[in-house]
Amino acid sequence: MFDLARYIEAETLEEALDLLIENPKLKIIAGGTDVLIKIQHREIENTELLSIRKIKALEGITKLGNGQIVIGALTTFSIISESPIIKKNIPVLAEASISMGGPQIRNVATIGGNICNGATSADSASTLFAFNADLKLQNKEGERVIPIKEFYLGPGKVDLKPGEILTQIIISPENYENYGGHYIKYSMRKAMDIATLGVCAVCKLQRGSIFEEVRIGLGVAGPTPLRCTEAENFAKGKAVSPETLAEIGRLAVKASQARTSWRASKEYREHLIEVLSRRALSVAILRAGGEKIA
Amino acid sequence: MAYNVIGKNVQRVDAIEKVTGKAKYAGDFLERDMLVGKILRSPYAHALVKKIDVSKVKALPGVEAVLTYKDVPEKPFSTCGHPYSLDPHHRDIEDRHILTNKARFVGDAIAAVVAIDELTAQKALKLIEVEYEVLEPLLTPEEALKDGKLLVHEQFDRNILSDVGYQIGDIEQALAESDYIFEDEYETSIVHHCHLETNVSYAYVDSNNRIVIVTSTQIPFLTRRLVALALGLPTGRVRIIKPYVGGGFGNKQDALQEPLNALMTLAVGGRPVKLEYNREECMIDTRTRYAFKYRSKVGISKEGKIIGRDIFALANSGAYASHGHAIVMCAGHLFRYLYNYQAIKFKPKTIYTNLPAAGAMRGYGVPQITFAIECQMDDIARKLHLDPIEFRIKNLNDVGYVDPLSGVTIYSCGTRQCIEKGKKLISWDEKKAKYQNQSGTRRRGLGMACFSFLSGTYPSSVEVGGARIILNEDGSVQLQIGATEIGQGSDTVFAQMAAEVIGVPVDTIYVTSTQDTDISPYDSGAYATRQTYVAGTAVKKAATEVKEKILTFVSKLKDVPPSMLDIRESNVIFKHSGEAVMSLGDVALHAYYDKQHAAPITSDTTANIRMNAPCFGATFAEVEVDLETGKIEVVEIYNVHDSGRIINRQTAEGQVHGGVSMGIGYALYEQMLFDSKTGKPLNNNLLDYKLPTIMDIPAIGVDFVETEEPTGPFGSKGLGEPPTVSVAPAIRNAILDATGVAFNQLPITPQRAFEKFKQAGLI
Amino acid sequence: MLKQKISFTVNEKEQSLEIDVRESLLEVLRNRLGYTGVKKGCGAGECGACTVLIDGTPIDSCIYLAIWADGKKITTIEGLAKNGELSKVQQAFIDEGAIQCGFCTPGLVLTTTAMAESGKKFTREEIKRELSGHFCRCTGYQNIIKAVEKSLQA
Repeated sequence: MFDLARYIEAETLEEALDLLIENPKLKIIAGGTDVLIKIQHREIENTELLSIRKIKALEGITKLGNGQIVIGALTTFSIISESPIIKKNIPVLAEASISMGGPQIRNVATIGGNICNGATSADSASTLFAFNADLKLQNKEGERVIPIKEFYLGPGKVDLKPGEILTQIIISPENYENYGGHYIKYSMRKAMDIATLGVCAVCKLQRGSIFEEVRIGLGVAGPTPLRCTEAENFAKGKAVSPETLAEIGRLAVKASQARTSWRASKEYREHLIEVLSRRALSVAILRAGGEKIA
Repeated sequence: MAYNVIGKNVQRVDAIEKVTGKAKYAGDFLERDMLVGKILRSPYAHALVKKIDVSKVKALPGVEAVLTYKDVPEKPFSTCGHPYSLDPHHRDIEDRHILTNKARFVGDAIAAVVAIDELTAQKALKLIEVEYEVLEPLLTPEEALKDGKLLVHEQFDRNILSDVGYQIGDIEQALAESDYIFEDEYETSIVHHCHLETNVSYAYVDSNNRIVIVTSTQIPFLTRRLVALALGLPTGRVRIIKPYVGGGFGNKQDALQEPLNALMTLAVGGRPVKLEYNREECMIDTRTRYAFKYRSKVGISKEGKIIGRDIFALANSGAYASHGHAIVMCAGHLFRYLYNYQAIKFKPKTIYTNLPAAGAMRGYGVPQITFAIECQMDDIARKLHLDPIEFRIKNLNDVGYVDPLSGVTIYSCGTRQCIEKGKKLISWDEKKAKYQNQSGTRRRGLGMACFSFLSGTYPSSVEVGGARIILNEDGSVQLQIGATEIGQGSDTVFAQMAAEVIGVPVDTIYVTSTQDTDISPYDSGAYATRQTYVAGTAVKKAATEVKEKILTFVSKLKDVPPSMLDIRESNVIFKHSGEAVMSLGDVALHAYYDKQHAAPITSDTTANIRMNAPCFGATFAEVEVDLETGKIEVVEIYNVHDSGRIINRQTAEGQVHGGVSMGIGYALYEQMLFDSKTGKPLNNNLLDYKLPTIMDIPAIGVDFVETEEPTGPFGSKGLGEPPTVSVAPAIRNAILDATGVAFNQLPITPQRAFEKFKQAGLI
Repeated sequence: MLKQKISFTVNEKEQSLEIDVRESLLEVLRNRLGYTGVKKGCGAGECGACTVLIDGTPIDSCIYLAIWADGKKITTIEGLAKNGELSKVQQAFIDEGAIQCGFCTPGLVLTTTAMAESGKKFTREEIKRELSGHFCRCTGYQNIIKAVEKSLQA
């Protein structure tokens, strides 16, 4: 039995927002794969839960007329990984989604929950960072849209204002069209694991051989997911070559704030960032129409 | 010899129950008003309880009882599932209390509550106020051995549980006569069994004032004895019932939660109390695999013969003795059957530390020592430019070897054929040639390792198995054994043996899979690769007796000498013609209801096995190493076993698959980690403890060399533990082959590989 | 306030009962309805032993609140055999020797059933991925893969 003091179910977003104002102590539950485990492990006690599971408006994936791809916060990882829209337009996100947990978890865990949990290891995060995703947040007063980079404040800490609910993840066409990408989840097991390092590299090429743009998102390389800005700036306009890739890998490490824990040492993590950024990008190049780098 | 049922892929006798969800495990019995027990565990690895106050708990509605160390018997007990030893020097160490006032590891049981439900019990635990005096934790054997350190148990000086060893021949002379001496160190990790069913039981007092414990155990009879001793009760007042068990792998070869569960029901007037460990508890307060450190010195002749081996072993027992020094001694014993030595010196030390108690786990010390020995064989071969396989073959023992200490004789030995088969299966020579000059960041390599093991514990321990057979009124057969089915398939193998001997189809044998100490014949339980060999002999004996009784009975009815009769396909027949005399159903009807001759046909026997049969085998592995990331993948792996005649190929292969998979985990993934300052567990859950998933395990190839073991039932030898023994060194040797880097510490994680590859200048 | 009434079907049988909102689906199925074929291996979604099908989809019932099952169709291992006949998946698990201790078996059989009913084709790698939410310590997964392949044959 879970240690709950209360459980309320909102039918609509408006109702949920009203309930949140009335009772700021309410903890939002969607798929439950994070919250219920925290309760099970007694990390939180006497919890008052607000379920947003029934809010249909928060589910599903759509491509708008302007090319924007909108993912409802309640969309599960299984849905994302199998979505024709995602597979066609942002296949890397499908790749990242299917690396998360195991099938039973993916069938219930939501992308919104994954983000709001604030974990640097979130399997969706490095990819959403690499695609410059925006988040739509709503409260009683209205809504705001912010870049995902600004949402992550620290380990387990996100910029969710009182009374606010994450409703949508938005990816704009200029950020995904003509990009090739690859996500590497580096973990000790091939399933049912959390990442030791998550790397998502995406790129757009000119004439198949010049980097027009490179974006690299990293998970578990610091207290929050992050982007490798220096490496990305360096890449712009450079010829696709083993040397460029090697330098991008080296520069990617500069963005990281890896630390030693029982899971891996700082030195090893930094080594992985260099190697895997390079590897992820070399696959991304192929997918962006470039040649195989020896 | 041609058999009808032996050697056939008979369907598991419990398959339908298990695949339909009907099979009942200890947690599946729902008694009315069952209460729930929970344990308050020490947050400190080493601490004294100065004060404990439970007054607030008692006031919480729904709490039925609170127990602390003050409520448990003062006399310490042993939890170890060994048969009792009549020799006082050979007994298990009694060092444990049901609840303790001295915490010896993080998670040690200090107090317990019984409440109406789990949530109430959990809340109750929070209301127990404990004042601890925190002591310095001793987290490694080296630390615990230092002068002036605290003692985990007062009576054990320098925390040495035991340092008894042995010597065969003159090791000094043997080493002096050797042309080469090699000395290396090898280290294995603490791992957990990770049976899918956590430890769970429920206990109540029945209408006869008996304490009944339904529990997930490998050793019902030994548990009964241990519970009775722990609580100071007559043995007959305790009744243990073992339903289906969701895996054990040695962990359930101890009395674990059962003594406390018994105390809990007594504390609430005999009402049923369930005590179920969650996964986190299961991983710290059951048993673990002993971590060993070995220093092994080997003398080799110019001809490549091993002359002598001098081994020092340091075994980390954790906070309590459990199986104590027996595990390191078993390791020191079982390796001797593989290679020939002129002299051996084995000097082990088992040390108490403030970590979870180690105990039995599949292989019982042998995977650890085999890691040291088989890694060293490759290291030596490399240094002497010998072929690692030829080097091994040159030193193998064979039929006729008599162990100088145990007296156990090798009557069947298929090691050479196992090696030959393994070589072929993995295409050893072709691949070796192909991988000779590799460059680049991904490299392949091949490795192999051999092992020896035994079938049961004799002569270290007594080996008796019990079986009871009843011929039913329709000629079908009830088979009861004391040996426990825990997933390995023993019930099926026993049914096959009984069917073969009596002469009936296997589907007319009804096996009682539940052991109930009030009803079942005595057997010490599932461990030591003893079931087929020891309990199988008992089944064969009981079946033979039943068959003889049937034939004698029919001879009386029909006035024919029994020597002329036989049984085939449930019919008593004339031996010479095959003509049917009577169906077994008719025989049974007469045996039950014939006014003149009625005497139901049963047998109830015990086999006391004063022999043992060494079993052998080899692992062949191919790995691919990603030098840049330190990731190692097993590409192909084969285990070839000499376990004598295989009674059921499908279940035997299943045993090997599971053992190899556990060995892969041991080699590359699994280790229990503790904070190096506090001793707090870091990964006691299935997310952080890297038990391999289906995606991490490659296809596992299995083959057998079916020797005929004269001492075993139907020529069989043991197979339960051996599959796990030689996997890790084979993988390690394959990595050595691929990279030239020798890993002498398990597990070979990417982090470790990265460090070593960097050191070696590979990255 | 913690008690609520829910209705759902378990193995095609309609159930209407008052549950405690704090209960997991696992607890309701096992303790209230007696479907003890649903196994608890960890209570934290880490092992897959508690897997049941909800509207045909495998989920871990230990981290699924019972109240969420309101209006849903639940299948447990007890619901697969019809009129004493094993399902094709169950039979395949027996034939291929995929069962040892049996504790992970119900969950694996249910996930395989969902795969078989999806009508999709799976490569061996895809089969492994679909089953990767289930731990097994006995079988090394070898015969389980064979059983699943057999289950998926037309």
